[in-house]
Amino acid sequence: MEFILISGRTMHQGETLHQKCSEEYMKACAICEMNPEDMKELGVKDGDVVRVKSEAGEVNVYVKPCEGLDRGIVFIPMGPWANAVVPAGTDSTGMPSFKGIKVRIEKADGRVLRGDELVRRYEFEG
Amino acid sequence: MSLRVKDVVCPFCGCLCDDIVVYVENDEIKEVENACKFGAHRFLAVKKHRIKAPMVREGQEFKEVSYDEAIKRAVEILTKAKKPLLYGFSSTSCEVHEVAIELAELLGAVIDNTASVCHGPSVLAVQEVGYPSVTLGEVKNRADLVIYWACNPMHAHPRHMSRYSLFPRGMFTDKGKLERFLVVVDVRRTETAEIADLFVKVKPGYDFEVLNALRTILNKGDIPHEEIGGVKKETLMELAERMKNCQFGILFFGVGLTMSRGKHRNIAEAIKLVRDLNRYTKFSIMAMRGHYNVTGFNEVSSWETGYPFAVDFTRGYPWYNPGETDANSLLQSKDVDAVLVIASDPAAHFPRESVRYLAKIPLIVIDPFESLTSRIADIVIPSKVVGIEAEGSAYRMDAVPLRLKKVIEAKGLLSDLEIMERILEGVKRKLSSKSEIAVKM
Repeated sequence: MEFILISGRTMHQGETLHQKCSEEYMKACAICEMNPEDMKELGVKDGDVVRVKSEAGEVNVYVKPCEGLDRGIVFIPMGPWANAVVPAGTDSTGMPSFKGIKVRIEKADGRVLRGDELVRRYEFEG
Repeated sequence: MSLRVKDVVCPFCGCLCDDIVVYVENDEIKEVENACKFGAHRFLAVKKHRIKAPMVREGQEFKEVSYDEAIKRAVEILTKAKKPLLYGFSSTSCEVHEVAIELAELLGAVIDNTASVCHGPSVLAVQEVGYPSVTLGEVKNRADLVIYWACNPMHAHPRHMSRYSLFPRGMFTDKGKLERFLVVVDVRRTETAEIADLFVKVKPGYDFEVLNALRTILNKGDIPHEEIGGVKKETLMELAERMKNCQFGILFFGVGLTMSRGKHRNIAEAIKLVRDLNRYTKFSIMAMRGHYNVTGFNEVSSWETGYPFAVDFTRGYPWYNPGETDANSLLQSKDVDAVLVIASDPAAHFPRESVRYLAKIPLIVIDPFESLTSRIADIVIPSKVVGIEAEGSAYRMDAVPLRLKKVIEAKGLLSDLEIMERILEGVKRKLSSKSEIAVKM
């Protein structure tokens, strides 16, 4: 299914800011909040792993219901998981487009990587 | 020995709350009063997840070394690089900024702070159309209409509403919340939106259109559409009327505007709306700055170099062109060959494309805490936590400077300032010996 992705700060993300290699940080930020109706259509329940894909790349995160989001919009807290799908380029402003990203989301079987595992992979990516 | 330290400034977010009370026993923080969840955690967990010793990377492993050795290697990396980038600075003091700018000039480096990934576009807009702003004290004392646009202070600045904008009783707002009207404009119904008197939901990427429609209503009295950016015309008319008729309005805006389609154009339009409103009433605007001293870097850099961020010294004089001289543009175009990161974590907060290159070039990290950037670094240098273990100056989001206190000792650690001064000294020595060799030859 296609969605518009918004990333941003959350209380839990801010609290775990200085323990980024921990499971707590992963639980706070490796989540994708989604309207419950969209979750039903996608066939996923709270805590399932979904793969979020954009033109920049893809990442696995846990899905979580959120009534405050309209259908078609998802939210991932700021962090390496959201940033894995943020496109390159800054529209000549210096600012990447962290919000309003077109993504495709599907149910996944894979594992969700910890923050340090995710960024250390970049050392070997071409 | 137990101590009660009052009027401590919280070194977390741009609110810089200066009413924190910290209870210290034998150099351990035992209790914190008045702080929000973030602030309390910053003080109480200050000794957790720390980088324990300076380290250098050998293959895939880190080896502990002395401060002298780590600083020596950092100097080597910086002086060998053709175009180094110095980045971060938003969670450290203005005194550190001053030294870093001198270092950047000496190295012919580029220096940038986290503004380039938060309110950089706001700075670009301010340079274009000005900034009719106020202090948070003015807001507390006078504002009867408070608008939060594209921000969620309940999660990002938890005491903002209780200390400065909505709930406090001010000189001319002595009934607090009862005398104020809260409007929240956002693309999703956040916790802040839940307590709003009026919540306006905008379609993602349509803030510019909505701001422009409000200006049109103000200036022409009507708009020729029934809906703009997902907002009904009646709602826009009601909002415009409220804005015109308040006694003192304030529009706080967040990175929902700077990071979405339109970027600096969204902010420029918001500022122009506030400018237009001042024909009817007193209205102001303020950016919800994130890190506690992100504003400070922009201030120091402006008075030292003439530019607030993304300053390139490769020409021998300051050159400023965000979109070319900012951290992400430089990393994505592979246009720097070494990076020093201080008081920031770009590996966690930059897009994949930038981090991929950052992970492959010589990288020095100065930080009190383990970060994702420290995991891909070549040199890791631990430091004291400014505002808890070291004092310094910082600027609140409304550009009011405050003095950060030291409340506990951190034995065996150097401060950011001491580390940067030592690196600066090392670079000066290295460059003068290079020029002596060149003269002899």
